[in-house]
Amino acid sequence: MRPPAEYYQRDRNMHPPALTPGYKTSVARSPRYSLISLDQTPSEITGPRFGHNDLDEGDNDLIYNYAKPGESAIGERIILHGRVLDENARPVANTLVEAWQANAGGRYRHKKDTYLAPIDPNFGGCGRTLTDENGYYFFRTVKPGVYPWRNLVNNWRPAHIHLSLFGSSFSQRLITQCYFEGDPLIPRCPIVQSIPDQSAIERLTAKLDMNATIPLDTVAWRLDLILRGRRSTLFENRLEGN
Amino acid sequence: MPLELDYLVESASQTAGPYVHIGLAPGAAGFDIYDRELGFDITGPNAKGERIRVEGLVIDGTGSPVKDVLLEIWQANADGIYAHPESAGEVEEGFRGWGRVITDFETGLWGFDTVKPGPTPGRNGQTQAPHLNIWIVARGINIGLNTRMYFADEEAANAADPVYNMIEWENRRATLLAQRDDSGDIPVYRFEIRLQGEGETVFFDI
Repeated sequence: MRPPAEYYQRDRNMHPPALTPGYKTSVARSPRYSLISLDQTPSEITGPRFGHNDLDEGDNDLIYNYAKPGESAIGERIILHGRVLDENARPVANTLVEAWQANAGGRYRHKKDTYLAPIDPNFGGCGRTLTDENGYYFFRTVKPGVYPWRNLVNNWRPAHIHLSLFGSSFSQRLITQCYFEGDPLIPRCPIVQSIPDQSAIERLTAKLDMNATIPLDTVAWRLDLILRGRRSTLFENRLEGN
Repeated sequence: MPLELDYLVESASQTAGPYVHIGLAPGAAGFDIYDRELGFDITGPNAKGERIRVEGLVIDGTGSPVKDVLLEIWQANADGIYAHPESAGEVEEGFRGWGRVITDFETGLWGFDTVKPGPTPGRNGQTQAPHLNIWIVARGINIGLNTRMYFADEEAANAADPVYNMIEWENRRATLLAQRDDSGDIPVYRFEIRLQGEGETVFFDI
């Protein structure tokens, strides 16, 4: 068997650093020592895999996946869709994408969330799907509301959907958040602004996608998600064997 | 025109936030939405090897337990094989080697049951000591933290492990060791992860 190739070094300039004082909770939860860089071994190059047996049909439809029969979640009906690609622009097929979010009023179905906005009895707020062979994914949901959070007393999160991605190796594991083009809270949010690179923020911002919108039904937003790419073995890379 | 490389750039990480549980472990958080919760069962029913429990705390820079953390575990089976096509060999039917665990919201304690993994292949024909790969996300953690848990009772294997020994500061290596406790029904390994401050755990850029 050909020895497995490593994944490209993660470009940490495109990610938030651990310590971002504007986001106060990071201060006591950020390591002070440098990360120790690891030459990848099979422990990092392998990772969990998922199949259709792990999911149920409709898990990616947040408008209905927690609704009572005949009812649906309240809010702007949206589709969030796009492709999961690697840094070589190759589709990441059959990979698990998980999503969670607040309801249209900005309230999470979570016992720790005490915001004034009410729980929607027909909205759970989480979904999951597998990408198809082209790396394509989609969710149907409602657009999440903005909500206040305790950082400064007047901080508000822009509308966002949390996304969790696996790829095919543990080194590709990623959690991020999807924002929505044009939201004036994006430049005011300490969590978004923990990302030092403006282009990286723009790449987390879904674009209104009129071509995927279902007329008279659901508006669509598009976001492509990029996971770490992988070397091809030009020369023996000596990961295993000699 | 100069040649432009056409690589894409990895999407930026963002914190998992305080409500990660409803997204990734809704059942464990008491929210009944999926028929099948992922990551609840690491080993499946057929796994060989020693059944163990791993328990611990994640502690922040003030010394307080992090009560809203979520951990993911990635491990080999007792034969040192990962459930992945690029790992040589076959795992037992139902063995996934991946788990997810959240804390008790009141105490911050977490724990999971698994089997002790075997030694795994390293680079260049080397052997790695048994270890669990752990990924840590929470509110206030901007990008998931990777570490490894080694087993304190595997002294000889640890002493020969290329990653463990690569850590330049020898006094930091023990932050990766879980201590074995045989006083209960099954062996329990205790593992504290310190995000910051005295005894800060070694985290890896993998």
